[in-house]
Amino acid sequence: MIAALICVVSIAIFLQFFVSYCRSVLAASQRVELSARVREITGIAGQDVASDDFARLLQLVQLCPQRGDDQTELRAVGAYYSLLRALGFVSPVAPALAAWAGQERRSCSYFAAVALDRRIAYSLDLFTQQVADRL
Amino acid sequence: MLGPLDYSVWCIGFLLEVYVVVCSFYRREFLRYLPLNFYMACEALITCGLFYCLRQFGFSSTTYFYYYYYTDSLLTILLFWVIIKFYQQVFEEMGVSRNIRVAAVLLLASTAAFSYAVVHQHRSHLTDRFVVELGQNLYFVGVVLTYLLWGAILKLRESRTRLTQLVLALGIYSSATAGSYALRHLFPGLQPSVLKLVVPIVGLWLPAAWAYTFTKVPEEARLVPAQLAARTR
Repeated sequence: MIAALICVVSIAIFLQFFVSYCRSVLAASQRVELSARVREITGIAGQDVASDDFARLLQLVQLCPQRGDDQTELRAVGAYYSLLRALGFVSPVAPALAAWAGQERRSCSYFAAVALDRRIAYSLDLFTQQVADRL
Repeated sequence: MLGPLDYSVWCIGFLLEVYVVVCSFYRREFLRYLPLNFYMACEALITCGLFYCLRQFGFSSTTYFYYYYYTDSLLTILLFWVIIKFYQQVFEEMGVSRNIRVAAVLLLASTAAFSYAVVHQHRSHLTDRFVVELGQNLYFVGVVLTYLLWGAILKLRESRTRLTQLVLALGIYSSATAGSYALRHLFPGLQPSVLKLVVPIVGLWLPAAWAYTFTKVPEEARLVPAQLAARTR
């Protein structure tokens, strides 16, 4: 009985901590403004990024050379996005929860767009460096 | 038997634990996060001891089994010290450091007394089930303490990103471990298939998350804590 209670409470607290942890990782990217360059490449019009764009943006991120310091964050946010997508299936039962999951998925997509922006800037730096070395 | 995956998880975990200690030493933050670094160093040492037991006595030996579970229980008690330090950091401006120290001593003394009483009562049959139950209870105390700390962080609008991430990572670790211990207690049949993989991966989480925080989040970074609480409004 006690083990069952501990199991249920632990799972509930785990989910709460996991969501808060992912939001703390996402929070840093929310303050970053997307460059005109990345908006042009991805077709993003304003500051809002569509929630379903995450996979497409992640594919573009994978095409750029790795900076070597954002892979862990991308994986954690990817896991969070998958969890939110699973929550999206409950939309007919709990519309408030589904709306919240949609908002969170938009934050994940924005995070991926910021990561893409950083990687593009890094690629351009590498290119400039190579050109300068040849001259 | 342990496979290549188990050994890889083990090695990565050990390297990450060492990395956390070296990183905070290099950044001159060793004393500021002394309990955390001490905990990580003990984890690394116990991992070495575990490897020795494995080589000397084998994976299915009772020595390995009891070494694994009892050192895990000792590490959990050490983890309480880390949590108490986080409490002190959160409440440092309120000047209640002395009260927290007294509460910490009382908590540790009562945990030790309770554990001694339970061990004394079961000394004739310190079984597999008993060690799992002890680990589950100790981790659950850790979950409750971390959850209360998280509540205090939100209430006091603590804005230090690094402290927040360290506490959240600890909360994820404690709750996942307590949950997996409870699952093992409830369904012992899950151990050879599912939990055998879950437990080492959960063990990898804490050094990985702390290493990430120490590397990527500067001490001066700030955030709005209210943004982190999940609300569906």
